[in-house]
Amino acid sequence: MNERFVAAARLLPDYLGQHVLLSAAALTLGFLISLPLVVAASRNARIRWPVLGFASVVQTVPSLALLALFYPLLLAISAGWQELFGHGFSALGFLPSLLALTLYSMLPILRNGVTGLTNVDPAVIEAARGVGMTNRQRLLRIELPLAAPVLMAGVRTAAVWVIGGATLSTPVGQTSLGNYIFSGLQVEDWVSVLFGCVAAVALALTADQLLGLIELGVATRRPRIAWLGLAVLFAGVGAAGVGSWAASGHPAYVVGAKNFAEQYILADIMTDRIRKAGSAATARVDLGSVIAYRALASNGIDAYIDYSGTVWTTIMHRRDSVPRQQMLQQMTAELRKDHGVVLLGALGFENAYALAMRRDRAEELGIHSIADLAQHAPQLRIGGDFEFFARGEWQGLRDRYGLRFREQRQFQPTFLYKAVSSREVDVISAASSDGRIRAYDLVVLEDPLQVIPPYDAIVLLSPARATDPVLRRALGPMVGAIPIDVMRQANYMVDRDTDRISPGQAARWLENEIHLK
Amino acid sequence: MISFQGVSKSFDEGRDFAVRDVSFSVASRAFVALVGDSGSGKTTLLKMINRLIEPDQGTVSVAGESVSAMAGYILRRRIGYVFQGIGLFPHMSVAENIGITPLLLGWPPEQIDARTAELIDLVELPRSYLTRMPSELSGGQRQRVGVARALAARPSIMLMDEPFGALDPVTRDTLGTEYRRLHDAMGLTTVMVTHDVMEAVLLGDRIIVVRQGEVVADGAPQELFNSHPDAGVRALMDMPRRQAERVRKLMQERAARE
Repeated sequence: MNERFVAAARLLPDYLGQHVLLSAAALTLGFLISLPLVVAASRNARIRWPVLGFASVVQTVPSLALLALFYPLLLAISAGWQELFGHGFSALGFLPSLLALTLYSMLPILRNGVTGLTNVDPAVIEAARGVGMTNRQRLLRIELPLAAPVLMAGVRTAAVWVIGGATLSTPVGQTSLGNYIFSGLQVEDWVSVLFGCVAAVALALTADQLLGLIELGVATRRPRIAWLGLAVLFAGVGAAGVGSWAASGHPAYVVGAKNFAEQYILADIMTDRIRKAGSAATARVDLGSVIAYRALASNGIDAYIDYSGTVWTTIMHRRDSVPRQQMLQQMTAELRKDHGVVLLGALGFENAYALAMRRDRAEELGIHSIADLAQHAPQLRIGGDFEFFARGEWQGLRDRYGLRFREQRQFQPTFLYKAVSSREVDVISAASSDGRIRAYDLVVLEDPLQVIPPYDAIVLLSPARATDPVLRRALGPMVGAIPIDVMRQANYMVDRDTDRISPGQAARWLENEIHLK
Repeated sequence: MISFQGVSKSFDEGRDFAVRDVSFSVASRAFVALVGDSGSGKTTLLKMINRLIEPDQGTVSVAGESVSAMAGYILRRRIGYVFQGIGLFPHMSVAENIGITPLLLGWPPEQIDARTAELIDLVELPRSYLTRMPSELSGGQRQRVGVARALAARPSIMLMDEPFGALDPVTRDTLGTEYRRLHDAMGLTTVMVTHDVMEAVLLGDRIIVVRQGEVVADGAPQELFNSHPDAGVRALMDMPRRQAERVRKLMQERAARE
């Protein structure tokens, strides 16, 4: 407990710093965009409705979805940019998070601003015109000062929303306090989850209080109080910037990872090896499966580990299954040709999608293979992770074996294994290298029709790093070096219920175990 | 000083006219009362002088120059404007309210300070009120500040739209009388809109009666009292005289009884 708390606290300058910078940038941008819209909308009823309507619609989109939507959008824009100007920009991380949160911050600012401006006493407006103010003078000297308290209340609301929403930017590759929550959830480190929640709440409350101070100063026309609040706010953002800059620096290499223990461990090994090769490196974890590949193809990250079957089905859109060596050969050629991505090699173990059941339940029903399962399926419930039912493998299994289940449910991976263990569901989608298969005494069902393609763990390099000597020197020795039992054991040490260790510790153990130098 | 020539204004693209083909002029130093029912067009006429409203047809001129020849805000800085809503700026002190037009005109600060002190004396408020906020004043005190604000940049023309209409009768009478004194002392030209004929008769040198956007009577109060050809004007002008006669009669009866 204490140890994990210390580990979490050590990450705080980086996570909190980036969270503050992102939130402050989104709020500032949102404010700067909203202000002219507020003025225009309060003067012209015809644009008021569309502006407020649009902001309301944005607000009803779940913030996670909004963040997710900006990623492909930016990716497309980045590709177009590259065509036109010869260099693209990273569609991962800061930019999509900034844009989504900026949009998210606008509704309360717009709504309060328009309310504030349209509620200024008409007699005061008439007097402002009567004494000879221009439209601009009326706005700056009369309307904005009078609307300021209401506007500031909107900014406070927006700040709390943005700080809360920023925790969801982790899956699109932006480091934030959400990293505590997402990673903690994956490896069941509740100390980390709690740490992230408390930090986010504390940050939101602090920002709210400081903005409240500014609001008070503005409302009671005591500029000193407003300036004090503003100064502390700026100092905080500045400190956050320095903190996160000092914590992360500017890494030469960025290693991506998806959102489960094995990926955390492997990303840790990769960054460790790049550092040992003499270059700064950092990991961006909790990326969505396809997001990781797109980020790599657009040079948003430099390297990550994927699985051949995943790339085969989700990137290459293949439905057929071919022998392992042939698949790797075709994949190497095609990824190179289509995206410039380099397949450096396979690590030596497989992490396949598989269907797993409790051993006692499988024996009770006499199920050994997916073909056996098909006969019992109409009485059984199946659970899958968020991706599984949308993936080609499931569609292949379902169609080839004629699987029809009584019920189909989705779980976060951590809860998936618990669900089958506690008999909430009978069958789950499992990863064959997952340590929890052994931990929960599950059996993996055979696939006699070989519908599921091979899932060799493979090292992928971005187009920009195709011939990078540091990466090749650091990651080359990992190819063919990691056997399945060692990987499964390392995963198990991170995922088990007791005596759990961190992904970093498991990475050191694994490196040591296979004598990786 | 001010002249209207064939001025018309419609707010619904010509179906109804708020002001229809109005022509008159106001001499320098005159005190003109524009009288009429609500909706008669008197406020529209007034606001066309400082371009808060633009005419559809005709020309409004001030000091021989068409008002449309200059920017509205420049025109308005040269003309005092007082209205029923007062519209003191709630986030500014009394001094800042009074000094706003000089500030907009770019007067040096010490000159603005001197002028606000002078004006607070003129409208008979204690100087200590300069640092107060409008919310700390009574209705009558607010309109005194309103008048001071309108006079700040030494305009030669004052436009007043029911300026004392929202005040209690005693305050209203006091302020009206005091303003009339200021008008005379400062050599102002004043156009005041009112629906109260008594006020018009007591303050104005000249009364213009407006009905349905047209001028139906125009003359000195004593001229209009004497059997005007228009029945509506007769009824309107009869009222203050009848009221005055009734008051006089009542006073005489009381005096006789005692």
